Amino acid sequence: MISRNYVIMAAEGIHARPATALIRLVKKYKSIVSLRKGESTIQLNSMLNILTLGAKGGDTVTVLVDGADEAEAAAAIDNFFTEELKTL
Amino acid sequence: MEKGPYNTGGEIRGVVASPGIAIGRAHVLRKRDAVSTGILLKDESEVLRAIEKFELAVQASVEEVKSLKRQRGLSNEEVDILETHIEFLTDPQIKADVFREITKNKKNVIDSVIDVIHKTVDMFRNMDDDYLRTRAADIQDIGDRILKNLLHTGNNEQTFPPNTILLAEDISPSDAIAFDMSRIIGFATRVGGKTSHTAILAKSKNIPAVVGCGTALDIIETEDVVIVDGTTGIVIVNPDEIRLEEYKARKEACDAEHKFLSSLKDIPAITPDGVAITLLANIANADDMDDALTYRAAGAGLFRTELLFMNRTAFPTEDEQLEFYKKTALKAKGKPVTVRTIDIGGDKPLDYFTFPKEDNPFLGYRAIRISLDRQDIFITQLRAILRASVFGTLKIMFPMISSLQELRQAKEILERAKAQLSDEGIEFDKTIPVGMMIEVPSAAVMADLLAKEVDFFSIGTNDLCQYTLAVDRGNEKVKALYDPFNPAVLRLIGYVIEQAHKQKIGVSLCGELASDPQATLVLMGMGLREFSMSAASIPAIKNVIIHNAFSKATEICENVMAMDNSKTIIDYLQTQK
Repeated sequence: MISRNYVIMAAEGIHARPATALIRLVKKYKSIVSLRKGESTIQLNSMLNILTLGAKGGDTVTVLVDGADEAEAAAAIDNFFTEELKTL
Repeated sequence: MEKGPYNTGGEIRGVVASPGIAIGRAHVLRKRDAVSTGILLKDESEVLRAIEKFELAVQASVEEVKSLKRQRGLSNEEVDILETHIEFLTDPQIKADVFREITKNKKNVIDSVIDVIHKTVDMFRNMDDDYLRTRAADIQDIGDRILKNLLHTGNNEQTFPPNTILLAEDISPSDAIAFDMSRIIGFATRVGGKTSHTAILAKSKNIPAVVGCGTALDIIETEDVVIVDGTTGIVIVNPDEIRLEEYKARKEACDAEHKFLSSLKDIPAITPDGVAITLLANIANADDMDDALTYRAAGAGLFRTELLFMNRTAFPTEDEQLEFYKKTALKAKGKPVTVRTIDIGGDKPLDYFTFPKEDNPFLGYRAIRISLDRQDIFITQLRAILRASVFGTLKIMFPMISSLQELRQAKEILERAKAQLSDEGIEFDKTIPVGMMIEVPSAAVMADLLAKEVDFFSIGTNDLCQYTLAVDRGNEKVKALYDPFNPAVLRLIGYVIEQAHKQKIGVSLCGELASDPQATLVLMGMGLREFSMSAASIPAIKNVIIHNAFSKATEICENVMAMDNSKTIIDYLQTQK
């Protein structure tokens, strides 16, 4: 399992548009991807759960990637949080 | 309410959602609500059928949204809304919740969907974040779509006659996309607030809208003549001739103004002979930053922090302040934001802090004087600003500095805040620029020395003017003496700009004079290149800049500085328009 921390660099946090992009990104891989903020952890396949996690701009979240293609998935997610999120 | 003689000239008050005036014919949109039946499923085969029905309804709903998406001419925002709806429709959590109602509680499929959507909408409505609260409308929308496909009821009517004013409970996000918007000229809704879906939609389409009108809206029927005044938040039903003419004239003025302002939006603020001017916004919270960006401000030249301290029962904690600054920094997307430390005083009382009773609060215990006296409050604010600095490009500015000693003391406390954060291993922008307001005459006179110890000046003309001329703007008897075109004030401003240039530090002007088109060329002639003002004033100032050569500004400035009284100056400036 790969685990990494990210600071959310978008004023509105992970709102609907980036959440949609993130879910679709995760769907491309076989690995199970979860997102943790504080005490709560959700699986990254549900828009509802991502929004209710309430990750705001500036919050730190942990991404957990577990599965056969975890290295590739983690790299794509890394790019999402460090680059794409700023433009979404 | 009875129709007929009562239903004329009625005025309904709502919430301002999108500015402008629309005059047209009403079309009342009635929603067909699905109701729970309470019928339970009898056996396993009914359970399986219910699950199958749900899956088919979801599939049909996804297909509908996909076909909406294939329409031509959708904006990026509209495509985003529809993509989001597809994700909600296929959300594994919603599906699991519906399945549980069906299999565990044996509810029929319609009741299950109503139940799950209702609970989810409620959950979103109760969230502590505006953005997430607004998502309740999206959940309701996809829920209604699934129900519609379960009940096989038709779509809402989607075409309207030209000049339609749409009245509804609320406009759902996908309805808004499905409707022929070219024929809708205004909205009025029973529910919703400034950040509701209808408000956002109306703004993005430049359609006047009033939301949150309540049941008062029910007196209006399809075909009634309606005026929607999105600027004042009023809906008028069947106006009389006089009212109608009055509003037609207002609408014309409103439209002309809007056209003028939007034509300037994307034009850079450069004089015909190539001198670029930086136009910044004065803001008081993160939401103001949105307006600033809409008007293409290059950043925020003055971020007032007083709002954070008002309407509460205790001083905001460091973390609360951090949230406030951080959100603004992130919204600015790298554009500079100048944060001014608190500028409170006896004229703006706080519930939790007692100011000494003073005869002259403007000459008393206020702004930096409080900060230097109550260093615990000051250092908390500085730490919060420093911590927020990693989320954007922030600058720190001290208000009401009147001497070198005060500046040095404030900077020393800032260094202490930095040292604390470094010791605690907390990140911040170590090269954060530090500046000061020039609003006390003694600071203006000492600008040559002060300029050596800061990264920038910001001239606050309102206070500078009232302190220089010894005039209280609030006093009716002497108010007329308050005059920023008084040569004494102009000389001080000119001197400050000159000294800033000598020391090669930044200088901007953030008082009301920055938004006065009559002053723009004089200030440019003095060498000012940065103006900070309310976001809405930016187009008018830009209009002056793009139509006047810099050489003209220099000439006007020279002439003005040679004049000995403000009447001559103002008369002269009026001839130079």
